[in-house]
Amino acid sequence: MPINYIFPQFEILRDETRCIKCRVCENQCANQVHRYDNDYRIMIADESKCVNCHRCVALCPTKALRIIKNPHSFRENGNWTADIITDIYKQASSAGVLLSSMGNPMNYPVYWDNMLINASQVTNPSIDPLREPMETRTYLGQKKHTIKRDHKGNIVPNLGPQLELSTPIMFSAMSYGSLSYNAHESLARASKSLGILYNTGEGGLHEDFYQYGSNTIVQVASGRFGVHIDYLNTGAAVEIKMGQGAKPGIGGHLPGAKITEDVSKTRMIPVGTDAISPAPHHDIYSIEDLNQLVMSLKHATDFKKPVIVKIAAVHNVAAIASGIARSGADIIAIDGFRGGTGAAPVRIRDNVGIPIELALASVDTRLRNEGIRDSVSLVVGGSIRCSSDVVKAIALGADAVYIATAALLALGCHLCRTCYSGKCNWGIATQREDLVKRLNPEVGYQRLVNLITAWTHEIKEMMGGMGINSIEALKGNRFMLRGIGLNQKELDILGIRHAGE
Amino acid sequence: MLKEGKDNYRIPSGCAICGIFNKDGKRVSGTDIISAIEIMHARSNGLGGGFAGYGIYPEYKDYYAFHIFYDDDKAKVICEEYLNSHFTIAYLSRIPTRRHPKIINEPLIFRYFVLPKSSNLISAQLDEQEYTSSCVTRINSDIDGAYVFSSGKDMGVFKAVGYPEDVGSFYRLDEYEAYCWTAHGRYPTNTPGWWGGAHPFSFLDCSIVHNGEISSYDANRRYIEMFGYKCNLLTDTEVIAYILDFLIRKTGLSYEEAAIVIAAPFWSSIDRKEQQEKEKLIYLRNTFSSLLITGPFSIIVGFTGGIMALNDRLKLRSMVVGEKKDTVYIASEESAIRKICKDLDRIYSPRGGEPVIYTLKEGECNAD
Repeated sequence: MPINYIFPQFEILRDETRCIKCRVCENQCANQVHRYDNDYRIMIADESKCVNCHRCVALCPTKALRIIKNPHSFRENGNWTADIITDIYKQASSAGVLLSSMGNPMNYPVYWDNMLINASQVTNPSIDPLREPMETRTYLGQKKHTIKRDHKGNIVPNLGPQLELSTPIMFSAMSYGSLSYNAHESLARASKSLGILYNTGEGGLHEDFYQYGSNTIVQVASGRFGVHIDYLNTGAAVEIKMGQGAKPGIGGHLPGAKITEDVSKTRMIPVGTDAISPAPHHDIYSIEDLNQLVMSLKHATDFKKPVIVKIAAVHNVAAIASGIARSGADIIAIDGFRGGTGAAPVRIRDNVGIPIELALASVDTRLRNEGIRDSVSLVVGGSIRCSSDVVKAIALGADAVYIATAALLALGCHLCRTCYSGKCNWGIATQREDLVKRLNPEVGYQRLVNLITAWTHEIKEMMGGMGINSIEALKGNRFMLRGIGLNQKELDILGIRHAGE
Repeated sequence: MLKEGKDNYRIPSGCAICGIFNKDGKRVSGTDIISAIEIMHARSNGLGGGFAGYGIYPEYKDYYAFHIFYDDDKAKVICEEYLNSHFTIAYLSRIPTRRHPKIINEPLIFRYFVLPKSSNLISAQLDEQEYTSSCVTRINSDIDGAYVFSSGKDMGVFKAVGYPEDVGSFYRLDEYEAYCWTAHGRYPTNTPGWWGGAHPFSFLDCSIVHNGEISSYDANRRYIEMFGYKCNLLTDTEVIAYILDFLIRKTGLSYEEAAIVIAAPFWSSIDRKEQQEKEKLIYLRNTFSSLLITGPFSIIVGFTGGIMALNDRLKLRSMVVGEKKDTVYIASEESAIRKICKDLDRIYSPRGGEPVIYTLKEGECNAD
């Protein structure tokens, strides 16, 4: 029926004078956009299948391709936008929930971009990180300060398990299954090389990657996929996933098509079955249940591994975090509403949750007001896009950050937001062997190392500018931030002053 | 009167500091410390000077000596009512001063020798120090126009807006005798004109003079406020005083260990230590990571029976230590020491982050 027709979002511009009909674009496109027409001896394109992932553009040897936004439009309407109209057409024909991937793309405020960082002038010297030590080493874990001494009066260190990071950045949870083997290998090797950690997500841990255990956070989520005693004890820390910023309040669904032989083994479920993670943990219906799971995992790991509880940033996040801080957890991870995902219902991704900047500020303030900020470390993600976001997050009160979208971009992701299709042309979010091999883990790991190294350099430069030579002196140091273009309420929640004050 | 921190503005300042300590406990008048700080006149700008002396009240040595500024009689009445209900007052008087042309706009300055009421101590279930310190915090944050600027036993802080040598003369410090003196000349970057903003800053018997501007201020402040301290003045010195009180009195660390926390060795140095030492250093640095102080500072901490000098870990502020027999001199500039003792046995510059601690009797010295 003609009303089902949705005009393609993108237009592929092919410079015929440059095109040599080598058919690379055709071979590279898993969405089967490009085709060689034998009769006319030209390349043609079915733009309705194009997701604008730039694979063909990047690999075209003569730079003959460009993809642009299709200027075709509905009659302009400030209320009924083109997206809303097309979504209605789609749902009227399918009766389905709309799916998309990656983080919330809507035009909500990005508070990182409304905060400015301080620098020293005159009264306090800035420090040059190329000449002086500039420390980014970070420990995560509970910091209870009851001093214990032996009979000679020497201090006996009695802190619980701690995670040591060379720089306050970790790769956040992305499962094997949603990501390819090669993507996981890149993350694992980069973490080892950098002295940081990556996170298995809810997909279990492939046996090939047990060697990176000391740089691995193993996740326990509501589906309990791939969880067994060796898995728990191989990781450096265990993360209980209560929620995810991209889809707070709902579970996950990895389609059977992605449950290949290897993924099946790792997740401990049959090949080809859908992997469904329930919305809640069915053994956690309240905070006292969380405490029991935390303690079970601690017992299973002999109290040697810190336990992280990951939650989505929702309206009541401060009170929830306060409860978690008293549950025995060592680290709270908070995922903002911009956080990415392999697949989420569009309406939820775009409308549920709150910005991480506000969630972080209110959680840090609440924990300090209650005098329990020391009993947990705070890790935030969703989304941290660059080194200045890291600096601002730490100044607001985070101990460290989680990044995922930025890491995928480093691996070649072009944010086309169709991970759910399983046809990732960059070999990242797919299990198709021909696509997976496009991501060379040797190159991928090096690019991740480069990214974190570059960010760490930049963080050091900003710290030096502020006259701070160790990252812990930046943590919660909100005097180092000023708001710009924010109203008083926003400034109050962030706990910062306006620029010029 | 404009009060520092009142409008939540923080004021950076530069400064001169010095200290004299007699390891044998011999008490000397304030004349030397005044002439030592005077030689560093150019390091202050007349907007704050002060002194702390230890061993100055032998006749009342078991009592907490409260030195209080009042804006007016009304504040005094309210505060005295509070003191009467919480403490037994053994003696009270105006602090004797000498008129000085450059010291003007003085508030009412009183001192009280007090002990906590024992019935109150029992009902509050607090030890004497905790009770006293919380009362001081209460007065300073809740009684408008009253400010307790000294609250230790057998010690006292004397401070004002002005150049330190004038402040010393104003308070007639030549008439007091102490085994330990510290002094401060201030160079703030604004003109609050509030006497409480001058140094030393003290909390119970621990007093601090400080030169520098710490870049970790808000990280330190927000952490320490979790433990009941209120940083009302928004000055670096105030937060350092609370940090030391927390680490030493409340947590039970030694001054050496507290120095490891606030001017921690670099990780690269820690990694080179032998195992046991390394574990201890990691423990202290990690556990109290939010109390690491960065940015330039030199401080002299006075406490009952001892003195500690400490620089930031990069040594971004000058500080020298001189020794002559049982007397120790510490100052921002060597000139200050030479002014009062030309013939030193030893003079040296402590390294960044290296605490220099002297205590009475054994005369233990932790410098290399």
